[in-house]
Amino acid sequence: MGLEMSAAPGTEQSLKRTPLYDLHLALGARMVPFAGYAMPVQYPPGILKEHLHTRDKAGLFDVSHMGQASLIGPSHAGVAAALEALVPADISNLGLGRQRYTQLLTDGGGIIDDLMVTRSASAKEDGNLTLVVNASRKDVDYTHISRRLPSDVRLEPMPDRALLALQGPAAVDVLAKHSSAVAGLGFMAASSGSIGGIDCRISRSGYTGEDGFEISVAASRAADLANLLLADERVKPIGLGARDSLRLEAGLCLYGHDIDETTSPIEADLAWSIQKRRRTEGGFPGAARIQEELARGPRRRRIGLRPEGRAPAREGTEILSMLGERLGIVTSGGFGPSVSGPVAMGYVLADYASPGTPVNLMVRGKALAAEIVTLPFVPHRYARKS
Amino acid sequence: MASECFTKDHEWIRVEGGVGTVGITDHAQGQLGDVVFVEVPEPGRKVTAGEAVAVVESVKAASDVFAPVSGEILEANGELAANFALVNEDAEGKAWFFKIRLADESQLAGLMDRAAYEAFIKESH
Repeated sequence: MGLEMSAAPGTEQSLKRTPLYDLHLALGARMVPFAGYAMPVQYPPGILKEHLHTRDKAGLFDVSHMGQASLIGPSHAGVAAALEALVPADISNLGLGRQRYTQLLTDGGGIIDDLMVTRSASAKEDGNLTLVVNASRKDVDYTHISRRLPSDVRLEPMPDRALLALQGPAAVDVLAKHSSAVAGLGFMAASSGSIGGIDCRISRSGYTGEDGFEISVAASRAADLANLLLADERVKPIGLGARDSLRLEAGLCLYGHDIDETTSPIEADLAWSIQKRRRTEGGFPGAARIQEELARGPRRRRIGLRPEGRAPAREGTEILSMLGERLGIVTSGGFGPSVSGPVAMGYVLADYASPGTPVNLMVRGKALAAEIVTLPFVPHRYARKS
Repeated sequence: MASECFTKDHEWIRVEGGVGTVGITDHAQGQLGDVVFVEVPEPGRKVTAGEAVAVVESVKAASDVFAPVSGEILEANGELAANFALVNEDAEGKAWFFKIRLADESQLAGLMDRAAYEAFIKESH
């Protein structure tokens, strides 16, 4: 049998390390190459237990490989206008201490990357937005953004900062023990504050579908922060393997798999991330295509798939109609530990995208019955303020 | 007495009376992690050495299980098909995948014994 998960010998030396590399080894992680970094794919309990622990209590993820950068301009209006020329979200009406999900777009409306944009809670820091981008797209994104900025706005990557995510229903109580900054934060809100005496930037967001936080911290204090959080018995370290199964069950896109430069935000079912003013006014790359797709519907759509039986359908699996017509392809698929069965997402022609539509998935040359379903597979449990 | 051999693809085969029992090694299950799906071959199927005949999937990935030798599939492990986690619990015992009637016992000479397999996995890490 093939063992795809073992890293080729000798590759580790050329890989970058996050500030938590030594801690991962001490915790018994299995390290794999990911986006040029040596990252923990799992710890001794394994992906299944790590996944279920995160949904039950709290998981700590090292996501320091992701790109953190500041976009700095003369005023919020100035920096927002500069970013709005690159993304379809409304950045000018982003409030103090608020965070928004958006995409960098090609002129054809394809997705260069997806990212989080945060406006500082402090009015004194206005004119400064924080971006968090995918590790695999850092260089592409930074070059793209820098080339298109007006002269009074600049991009400053922050390679000296680590990023930790604490996710799960217990995350808020764990953090509240060490910080007064978190209890009052709602979903997609951000603030600066101390966690156990360590200066951090905290946002209430994540990539698991659970309530949780992402915490930016100076690289030099990252291990102290991780150890402080891991000292709580409700918190376990979680690797990239469970991060992937958690985000798949939550119906969240993984760049390079579910979205890329050939997919538009509308095809990817991300229209919710384009606010009303931008839909009407346009003024972002690919606006003509995106407005057309909003009005008439896209040619294909991202959907969820529940295969019957137990066999997972992996990325690249063909999706066929009951008559054998090729409808599209699976872009992420595997086993959902909380669903306790196979789950997948992919793209199909728009006429076949309605929940309940039966399809066949071609797995190892055999047709596997499946159904189009609504995403997410596991309900989101974000701390939304009503 | 049964003779036990191993492949570079991490299958084991124990042969007695011209019939081999095949599974994946304990080392392989450890590398895979939690097994969430197994597909075993149909009895009666004729296979050649190196052919993909079964599948084992972890949360993360699907892997083929190859026939260590040529022959005819006699039986698949029904208990395994009902309880995939058996692979993690007892890879080299109860979690056998299939039994095969060997077409040519001399093919076993191309496989490793346990000592050679253990040296092989040490070397590749």
